[in-house]
Amino acid sequence: MEYVIIIISAIFVNNIVLAQFLGICPFLGVSTKIETAMGMGASVIFVMTLATLVTFLVQQYVLAPLNLAFLQTISFILIIAALVQMLEIILKKVSPSLYQALGIYLPLITTNCAVLGVALLVIKKDYNLMESVVFTIATAVGFALALVIFSGIREQLALAEVPKGMKGIPIALITTGILAMAFMGFSGMV
Amino acid sequence: MAKKESSFKNMTIALCVITCTAGLALAAVYNVTVEPIALSQKAKINDAIRTVVPDFDTISDTILIPEDGPDSIIVHRLKKGGEPAGSAIETYTYKGFSGNFTLMVGFLPDGSINNIEVLEHKETPGLGTKMTTPNFKNQFKGIKVSETKGGVLKVKKDGGTIDAITAATISSRAFCDAVNRADAINRKGGIQ
Amino acid sequence: MNQLTNFTKGFFRENPILVLLLGNCPTLAVTSSAINGLGMGLATTFVLFMSNVFISAVRNFVPDKVRIPAFVVIIASFVTIVDLLMQAYTPALSKQLGIFIPLIVVNCIILGRAEAFAMKNSIYSSFIDGLGMGLGFTMALVIIGSIREMLGTGSLFGYKFIAENADGILIFILAPGAFITLGFLIALLKRLQKTSK
Repeated sequence: MEYVIIIISAIFVNNIVLAQFLGICPFLGVSTKIETAMGMGASVIFVMTLATLVTFLVQQYVLAPLNLAFLQTISFILIIAALVQMLEIILKKVSPSLYQALGIYLPLITTNCAVLGVALLVIKKDYNLMESVVFTIATAVGFALALVIFSGIREQLALAEVPKGMKGIPIALITTGILAMAFMGFSGMV
Repeated sequence: MAKKESSFKNMTIALCVITCTAGLALAAVYNVTVEPIALSQKAKINDAIRTVVPDFDTISDTILIPEDGPDSIIVHRLKKGGEPAGSAIETYTYKGFSGNFTLMVGFLPDGSINNIEVLEHKETPGLGTKMTTPNFKNQFKGIKVSETKGGVLKVKKDGGTIDAITAATISSRAFCDAVNRADAINRKGGIQ
Repeated sequence: MNQLTNFTKGFFRENPILVLLLGNCPTLAVTSSAINGLGMGLATTFVLFMSNVFISAVRNFVPDKVRIPAFVVIIASFVTIVDLLMQAYTPALSKQLGIFIPLIVVNCIILGRAEAFAMKNSIYSSFIDGLGMGLGFTMALVIIGSIREMLGTGSLFGYKFIAENADGILIFILAPGAFITLGFLIALLKRLQKTSK
């Protein structure tokens, strides 16, 4: 039952983009087309889960016992950077088409605040390994969900009559604000 | 100046030098700051104790009461001039709107609540955060929980006597839950 | 460009948040009050000019292939230093800003300036660039924070100017308000830049 609460909370109530403000850069940058959004969403789910798994283990078995907690930021970001690099190499070999489609966005997952953010959050919330994995996957699904919903809206927005000054990022941000308001309706579910 | 070529040797040297320097610098800063950090955390607790029970001169002892979850209750027994002056109890609740939060509840020797200080919380700004305002907290002053209807504090909606914060019933309920928990320990442990 | 232009470009012409659209995550999260915006801005500025200086200093010694990991280590070190200093000497602000302090390391502004400027310019220029960009970032954060705080709670930097128990328009200090305020501000700046051309 605990896990259901973690999942619902991570996807809807405390959605990583719309409530916690993590992952905005790719959110605004990649959401212009639904297909790219889905590809990005899938990559983030993969990187986030793997990254959190590794950083959790490093925190538990290396940093904490050796009293090196102050090296947390630096070690976590290096782990994430290394994982993304590995993912790039693997993708290039295994699925060149996906690699091409994601283009510049793949290395940008490293600076995606959501990935580092989730790794840090999981430590802060004091979850055990299983809870951390569930939380991370759910959070990543929430990110992908917000991304896909938003790209659908943006595809429509491109066809709508937006005042010239608001075209592009301003209207995207305001729409995100309204989307965030809608997601606020989920609070109280848990 | 020509850039260094990306030979394996150069790359390794560059990275090693940078990483080692970074590691040393961080260890140095850590050593400098470790004490101030510990001190400021202690100061926060001491300030909270002072706020909830202003009238004492020593903390006679501090007891850690472990509970089922990851949090525990911490009881600070206070003395003034050698006589019991009340206790300041750090308590928690899991029922907050945005997760757990912790309170410091100050009890006088007669078991009544003197004041409450919110230690850490993540409640919604403008709604749940109102539980830190005197407006809400003052309702608890002077109450002896054992003498209230039903023996525990509840919000009016649940048949109790506490006025919940408008649109923040969950936070208000959680607040009562934490206070009840502290009171239960206070009555059991008692004041010396 | 001369150093004055170098310094001032971060304020309007190339403001990191409002024009270059970098560093959105912390912007939206910490601007629920003006003082938080100021604190975050200054912390980021420190990391920005320090890492710009160090990256510029080693730019001719770091082989191209490993420059990104090298930058990351340097930036992460300064972020950790700021984090530790804030925990020790400004604990309340540190608690308020929470995980967004360590998240400075992934603030695209810092890596962006390292790539775009510090790699190719002298230490002094990089310092000025970092300082200017950082202060421009801080200025934007304080503006957004002030707007949200004034509309959302009727106070500014903690000084309430409406009735004691009155509320502001709460939505502005919650998530949606952040997005909406930033959206309007970017549109406003675009308009001002257009008319000044």
